[in-house]
Amino acid sequence: MSQIEWEVVIGLETHAQLMTKSKIFSGASIAFGASPNEQACAVDLALPGTLPVLNEEAVNHAIRFGLAIGSEVAPMSVFARKNYFYPDLPKGYQISQFSLPVVVGGKIMIEVNGQAKEIQLTRAHLEEDAGKSLHDDFAGPHGESSSGIDLNRAGTPLLEIVTEPVMRSASEAVAYAKELHALVMWIGICDGNMQEGSFRCDANVSVRPKGQEKYGTRCEIKNLNSFKFLEEAIHYEVRRQIELIEDGGRVIQETRLYDPDKMETRSMRSKEDAQDYRYFPDPDLLPLLISKERIDGIRSLMPALPKELREEWQNTFGLSSYDTGLLTQDKALANFFIEVLTLIDLDMAKPAANLMAGEFASAMNKENLSANLAPVRPIHMAELLKRTKDGTISNKIAKEIFSQIWELGLNASSRKEIIQLDGLVDQIIDQKGLRQISDLGAIEKIIDQVLIENPKSVEEYRSGKEKAFNALVGQIMKASKGKANPGQVNTLLKQKLA
Amino acid sequence: MNLHQITIEKLHEALIKKQLSSVEVTNYFLNRIDISKHLNAFIDVQPELSLEQAKQADQLLAQGNKGMLTGIPIAHKDVFVTKGWKSTAASKMLGNYQSPFDATVVEKLGILGSGMVCLGKTNMDEFAMGSSNENSAFGPALNPWDSDFVPGGSSGGSAVAVAAGLTMAATGTDTGGSIRQPAAFCGITGIKPTYGRVSRYGMIAYASSLDQAGPMAKTASECAWLMNAIAGKDPRDSTSIERENEDFTRLLATNWDSANSNPSQPLKGLKIGVPKEFFAKGLNHEVKLAIEKALQQFETLGATCVEVSLPKTELSIPVYYVLAPAEASSNLSRYDGVRYGYRSEKYKDLAQMYTHSRTEGFGAEVKRRILVGAYVLSQGYYDAYYLQAQKIRRIIAQDFQTAFNQCDLLMGPVAPDVAWKIGEKSKDPIAMYLEDIFTLSANLAGLPAMSVPCGFNQSGLPIGLQIIGNYFKEAEMLQVADYFQTATEWHLKQPLQNAVGEKS
Amino acid sequence: MNTEEITHLAKLSSLKVPENEIQALSEALESILQLANQLQSIDTIGIEPLFHPIEMITPLMQPLRPDQVTELNQRAANMANAPAQFEGLFLVPKVID
Repeated sequence: MSQIEWEVVIGLETHAQLMTKSKIFSGASIAFGASPNEQACAVDLALPGTLPVLNEEAVNHAIRFGLAIGSEVAPMSVFARKNYFYPDLPKGYQISQFSLPVVVGGKIMIEVNGQAKEIQLTRAHLEEDAGKSLHDDFAGPHGESSSGIDLNRAGTPLLEIVTEPVMRSASEAVAYAKELHALVMWIGICDGNMQEGSFRCDANVSVRPKGQEKYGTRCEIKNLNSFKFLEEAIHYEVRRQIELIEDGGRVIQETRLYDPDKMETRSMRSKEDAQDYRYFPDPDLLPLLISKERIDGIRSLMPALPKELREEWQNTFGLSSYDTGLLTQDKALANFFIEVLTLIDLDMAKPAANLMAGEFASAMNKENLSANLAPVRPIHMAELLKRTKDGTISNKIAKEIFSQIWELGLNASSRKEIIQLDGLVDQIIDQKGLRQISDLGAIEKIIDQVLIENPKSVEEYRSGKEKAFNALVGQIMKASKGKANPGQVNTLLKQKLA
Repeated sequence: MNLHQITIEKLHEALIKKQLSSVEVTNYFLNRIDISKHLNAFIDVQPELSLEQAKQADQLLAQGNKGMLTGIPIAHKDVFVTKGWKSTAASKMLGNYQSPFDATVVEKLGILGSGMVCLGKTNMDEFAMGSSNENSAFGPALNPWDSDFVPGGSSGGSAVAVAAGLTMAATGTDTGGSIRQPAAFCGITGIKPTYGRVSRYGMIAYASSLDQAGPMAKTASECAWLMNAIAGKDPRDSTSIERENEDFTRLLATNWDSANSNPSQPLKGLKIGVPKEFFAKGLNHEVKLAIEKALQQFETLGATCVEVSLPKTELSIPVYYVLAPAEASSNLSRYDGVRYGYRSEKYKDLAQMYTHSRTEGFGAEVKRRILVGAYVLSQGYYDAYYLQAQKIRRIIAQDFQTAFNQCDLLMGPVAPDVAWKIGEKSKDPIAMYLEDIFTLSANLAGLPAMSVPCGFNQSGLPIGLQIIGNYFKEAEMLQVADYFQTATEWHLKQPLQNAVGEKS
Repeated sequence: MNTEEITHLAKLSSLKVPENEIQALSEALESILQLANQLQSIDTIGIEPLFHPIEMITPLMQPLRPDQVTELNQRAANMANAPAQFEGLFLVPKVID
């Protein structure tokens, strides 16, 4: 039984592949899934005489990230060479940034078990990705067991994002990773596809006795490409380190890999020795200057961030924290809602949120669709809300019409026709005769008929059974095919039964 | 007509006048190359490819193309990658390497650019590391003035080819003097432009912040035409400079001071700075005399000389031999036998494949510099060596600006000695490093510098005069050198021991 | 320079120095480093390093390339010099992670 209370210290380094068309230092494509080495040009292969030239969009993406986390975008940053040998590293060095990165500082807010926490970022810098080794058994020129090297990925732009060692549990680490993942997709710099390797986390994990100031020796667990593995790996590593220390051993600073089948971390044999990377400024690249104009230009085109939207909608429209949370879950959904807001009177914001959080959300989940591909378009939502507000249809009918448009859209051979069809709601209302009956005379007629046909319920109500009222309302709605204005039915029925 | 004894301008006239064809010219030089194999100036010659280009050049001429360089043959230092000819950098590591693309310099001079015909790839010190062409995996090139002597390096093969009349002109590269010094040792003209003038794309990298490509020919005016063809910003080289198009021949045969109308003193108004550190002890006496005589010649042409100081001249040696190996150690890391180049026959695992391939593929000097480079960049030494050297580099560059406040151009010797005997200095690398003392500073500062033949020693070995200009002053330097060549005949001399044993 | 230091540098550089060459190499490197040590005596306080000589000519600014795909598939030409390849992959002795 351990006497010591342990504190876990975690820092995360994340590599996000930036969404550009071409590589960071060459004009080859970065599209996923090409045949081996078909997207590795002379520069990527480090053929003799080749030189790097920097991709403008990679720089813009770095700026977007810096702005999104409230950090300082360095007016001058420098590319440095990180020298080491590995077959997936064609030049024998990686072009990265060392002393002067493009982004410094910044923070990301997370929430764990209802508790908010601020995660400080140390820095973010631009660098190039390495190629891939395929460890299937190939036969080399002398018959030796060989690996295959595919350099398509070599030169893909990466943003390496580093946190301060401020996380204290696997849950915090995962919460941060998820927030960061959502953020880089939100601002459009990374597609977040973890299966394809677009977003990879390395976790630096150490333990120390609670209250001790000095950090324990840390181990780096590399290339965790799912949140589940991130969590499992940290748990394992923490246990491993604590057990090791309690058994009288010392943690060795090293790089480890996570084996998800065995659910354990193990030391990376090929990177055993502490490497001296001999960083120095790359003489083939000049310092990267980022002007205030460029930053301002990018800032003006950046989408509002989820947090900003949530606050704005809560304050302006009184939407609930839950609703705004749901609406800002992804950019497409938020953009959809924003567009709806531009098409309606703003006192309809709450009903709009309800409609989206309700019908719309569940329909989308069922089909596993993104909001920008939904068969119901903002214009249809706006029309539904308008017609509900002006009493043309009831809430119930509105939901039915929603489903109809959805089905129409799903089954349409050309989605475009449906999407461009404004006035569709009115069309359906007219075609199917769904107009709410609000004419008091008409309603009265229906009520009178129902009362005549349901004497038992009338008697039960008059003898004190409240439920009978609802039964009568049900019959009235049925008789009116759901179109009777519920409010008026209620009022009139009460009068008649009085 | 002995084609190897005339200038590009004269040959151009003959081609335009259809007195001969580019194919004939090319065959002429291919023949001379063929019977001069003992000089070992070339690493790769492919007569069919050259003649193919010559035919295309003849077509261009027939269509009325009047470019100065159309149909003129050129040889490329094997540090430039070329399609068709091997690109070896004189190393076993790239012994059979075939590049899928041409270097920018090669493109600009080539048949689709200025219309020149490539005669082949010239010998050099391995990966441009050396000052004698003795570090070549293909054997040394020999000085055509006396084949017991080195031609200088690292652009030794190019210098030999021009001096022995095996080509009209050649390209070289200069990282610490590698155009100027072999030009001086072989009695020809060569210029290293301002850093950033000429694209480094396709130049097998040695030290990125020091390497520059430049032309080597018999005369300054020919170099000017070649500069026109190769200078210019290249989007593929981030360090190449944007500048308005410049005609480097524009000042040839014009007076230094346009207000001056005295034809016998065309250089009146030119102030020549003579760095006193270039004349310290250790300078070969005959070299000193030749340089002084050359300076007197400039005074006769109207210039005035003034003593200036470049106090860190000697310190440029350790600065260079920290920075160049550092950059080289990283630039050469790509040679690992994985994607191209030499791969060892024997290895038991990946680590050994790397180590054996590199150890067997690189020569001794290259390996020495890689190790030095690794050292000065390593943890704990970076500040004291690499960073410190880069700081002193700035002081050296600033010292040049101080000197240029007092003069228009600097002049002095290219090297403290003339060519030495093959093998004489190869035992002690430091001995050879010290020979670079006058040329290194210009590379560190990025300044343009050239070498002009200005005499011979008693044994008949050539001596070169160095001219260093301020940034972008190549046209002025060529103008001044051209006047010198109008007033003297050193550049007209050709070695007796040339290919066909003709007397010049 | 002792054997250990040389072996370490060689390892960093993926080079091998045979036993019988270590002595000579050590001496050569030693004399080069002695040369380099001349740098230590120079006062460079307040002097910025000159990483790029063109800083003396023009303000340093890395040019930016528009984000476009300009290199198309040239696999055969680019891999023509490969010592060992199979179905578009470069082959190396098995990599053990």
